[in-house]
Amino acid sequence: MSTGKQLSSKAKIVVVGNGMVGHHFVEEMSKHEDYQITVLSAESRLAYDRVYLSSYFAGKTAADLALTTPEHYDELGVNFETDAKVTNIDKVAKVVTTESGDSFAYDKLILATGSYPFVPPIPGGDVEHSLVYRTIDDLEAIQASADVSKVGVVIGGGLLGLEAAKALKELGLETHVVEFAPQLMAVQVDAGGGRLLKEKIEALGVQVHTSKATNVIERGDTCRYKLCFSDDTVLETDLILFSAGIRPYDNLAREFDLELGARGGIVIDNQCKTSDSDIYAIGECALWNNFIYGLVAPGYNMAKVAAKDIAGVTNDKGEAAEFTGADMSTKLKLMGVDVGSIGDAHAKTEGALTYTYENQPEGVYKKIVVSSDKKLLLGAVLIGDTSEYDSLLQYMLNEIALPESPEGLILPSSGDKPTLGVDALPDTATICSCLNVTKGDIIAAIDCGAVDVGQVKSDTKAGSGCGGCAALVKSVADKELEKRGVEVKKDICEHFAYSRREIYDLVSVGKIKTFDELLEKHGKGLGCEICKPLAGSVLASVWNDYILKKPHLSLQDTNDTYLGNMQKDGTYSVVPRIAGGEITPDKLIVLGEVAKKYNLYTKITGGARVDLFGARVEQLPLIWKELVDAGFETGHAYGKSLRTVKSCVGSTWCRYGVQDSMSMAIDLEHRYKGLRAPHKIKFGVSGCTRECAEAQGKDIGIIATDGGWNLYVAGNGGMKPRHADLFATDLDDETVVKYVDRILMFYVQTGDRLQRTSTWMENLEGGLAYLQDVIINDSLGLNDALEAQMAAIIGTYQCEWKTTIEDEDALKRFKPFVNSDKADSNIQFVTEREQIRPARGQEKIDVKLIPSTESNTAVTEAVAEEV
Amino acid sequence: MSLTKENQAITSKAWRTICHTSDLVKDSGISALLESEDEQVAIFHIPNSEEKIYAVGNYDPIGKANVLYRGLVGCIDDEPVVSSPLYKQHFSLKTGKCLQEEQRISVYDIRIENEEVQLYL
Repeated sequence: MSTGKQLSSKAKIVVVGNGMVGHHFVEEMSKHEDYQITVLSAESRLAYDRVYLSSYFAGKTAADLALTTPEHYDELGVNFETDAKVTNIDKVAKVVTTESGDSFAYDKLILATGSYPFVPPIPGGDVEHSLVYRTIDDLEAIQASADVSKVGVVIGGGLLGLEAAKALKELGLETHVVEFAPQLMAVQVDAGGGRLLKEKIEALGVQVHTSKATNVIERGDTCRYKLCFSDDTVLETDLILFSAGIRPYDNLAREFDLELGARGGIVIDNQCKTSDSDIYAIGECALWNNFIYGLVAPGYNMAKVAAKDIAGVTNDKGEAAEFTGADMSTKLKLMGVDVGSIGDAHAKTEGALTYTYENQPEGVYKKIVVSSDKKLLLGAVLIGDTSEYDSLLQYMLNEIALPESPEGLILPSSGDKPTLGVDALPDTATICSCLNVTKGDIIAAIDCGAVDVGQVKSDTKAGSGCGGCAALVKSVADKELEKRGVEVKKDICEHFAYSRREIYDLVSVGKIKTFDELLEKHGKGLGCEICKPLAGSVLASVWNDYILKKPHLSLQDTNDTYLGNMQKDGTYSVVPRIAGGEITPDKLIVLGEVAKKYNLYTKITGGARVDLFGARVEQLPLIWKELVDAGFETGHAYGKSLRTVKSCVGSTWCRYGVQDSMSMAIDLEHRYKGLRAPHKIKFGVSGCTRECAEAQGKDIGIIATDGGWNLYVAGNGGMKPRHADLFATDLDDETVVKYVDRILMFYVQTGDRLQRTSTWMENLEGGLAYLQDVIINDSLGLNDALEAQMAAIIGTYQCEWKTTIEDEDALKRFKPFVNSDKADSNIQFVTEREQIRPARGQEKIDVKLIPSTESNTAVTEAVAEEV
Repeated sequence: MSLTKENQAITSKAWRTICHTSDLVKDSGISALLESEDEQVAIFHIPNSEEKIYAVGNYDPIGKANVLYRGLVGCIDDEPVVSSPLYKQHFSLKTGKCLQEEQRISVYDIRIENEEVQLYL
């Protein structure tokens, strides 16, 4: 333990409290070299993330939540003491003393003592299983109590209370929330929003009791305790969790005579100074303008201001840093429910007018509050759908004039929703609220020489927090760059100054058949891992040659070269095509037999087929020979091409089916298999409107109707889900195929590298309507050519695996070593749930290479014994 | 590694034939197993580049698997590189240095003599 005495002549900064804000201050202050910082924390742990506290119950550990470590503070040269509660401040001698009697001299003292949970004085409330939700120690107590409880009650239905309820629910308790006010989240949300929020939270299995004042807590009949409410109703529970607001930890200020607010809180000025000019207070213990900020962002801001003030840092105009309040607007997901609150959510401003939209069936509630002249947005409440939050926040913060009919801002998309162009934003508009980057900062970065979005981001740090502003940062940067005449480059890489679409045109118009020819005529250098597969894909789309033909071989990513998906240990997966998910028992047996023979890990995929993992390169041809002989063909799981057509059994079996979706799915899968595209393509075909095949989440979705088929396009699951758009209705079989031919070929020709149909269509100028015009009305006069091109590709289909195993030359690629038949000893497996999985680093044993065998068994057993 | 083994390695260093030029694949890689059996070498044949033939370690230190010979080759700012097939980092074929991270792979002297591909080992 250090005595806190410093030999250096540096100015001494003592920080009391090591919560999120106290820690942020340390980070900010340690940027300046002339200060010796000492942190005194009453808790046994250094700073940790309280915002994500509830993730502790979802498996996060105290270490995961930690914001710093002793090593990190050592690195910064920061002294720190844990379990060091400060009990005395001598303002004259400028010394603080801890409970254990250690003294620390300071030049500047920072109080970042935070707050504590308010526990209302309810008779009988001081019992063993009455807890609060604030620190990791609290969480440990909650967990221990939950282990011996069945029912839990949270008293307090605010933001934190709902977080706490989520925690109790996750711990498996029957969960109740009791709120004194007539609604949940009374601070942020209005009555209408609160009502809907209650419905949604209750639908998630948490019972909400509003307008309930707890008079007394008694011994329970069926549970440990009984809450008796003022309306004579009762609620039995085993665990009581108080979340009834926070109170500032201001006892030090109280005892040692710093100015306090009438209802507590250490009074600070715009520099975060208390009534003693050498003592600062920041975060939830501080009272600024008669207000305590219970959010972390304003606290961070105070920490920054205090550090700058101490270091004497001023802005360009020589002005000292100032804390001038904070916007309390919030957007969050509470137990899976989207909630947004902006500004004056309760319409308390004089003359304020409101517009409300409520969609009860879908659980959406939106309200905007505008000024009496309908010119300015004052506030908003969004429940169930917060997609307009960013745009509304900009209107409010920057006082942007509202459109003539402000209700259009929250009404469901009717196609002509006024969008807020980035040009309308003033330079002061906050673009990235996590890092507090304004539009002006972005412009400044560009003025200082940033020439693309990437550079703007790294210069300003915009988008490096939650990342939610990425799209906005890009539009602002692109717009500003455009204004300066900077061309926003679409070059695919340093070897070709063209977009994918342009390369496609060069290849098809110039009748270019190889990459070398393309590079010689239109590119430079040797190519790279971006332009080579792109050229390979385009050449395949235009000419449909066997992709492993000599001139194309070196263009393919390893997945295409070895016709399988490479896994993390260098082995591959084997996925035969099972069109529409329909498979005979005999073929299913073959899959099982092959998997067993080669000891492959076997899993049913999300696309209704079977994935076999763990095949070494040299095993691939042997495995595929057996599969091809049994009538299987490649599933193209490795290619940027058609993957699966998911289907239901349709009218053939299903009582509800109205069309034969199975036949349609199988026909489509066979028609488009092998087609090379900018990215993978997935289809879905449903036999009725119940949509069991989830076709509306696919690139091409087809749903049976009484009159034929409805065609959907550009849906997506995965990383960025998008609901497909209805493209045409009640089509007959022939028209479905004709339209799909055209749409896919148009996509293949015009899509960007790695662009799924969803983003492709969103980026087509004119969007869905334009695509319909091109495909249905032939507005570009392209359709004959598109259909002919598709017919040519379908006509030249070959199963790549069949071609490969019949080609002696191609098989050479699958030898593990050019000079040896031994197998790679670094590929090792262990057994888990009766199947193989790759051995992890510490599980691997040092084996000499063994002769290649047909099956994985040998290695598996060798390792399994060892582990 | 013991001292005697090291000495052996030093005294016995010479050009050793690994394979025939017909085993090479243009603009692509093959892998070879060294006699010691604990080293694998990735050999790339890029006829349009300066050195035309390169040999580097086959082990990807980032992905931790023997896969580099299956990566795509090309150039970044005129430096011949292979891109890891696992996580796409570039390794210089001349120096073995990773262009994105603090990692390095070994580089071997390689030549073609009478249609034989030889490593100096």
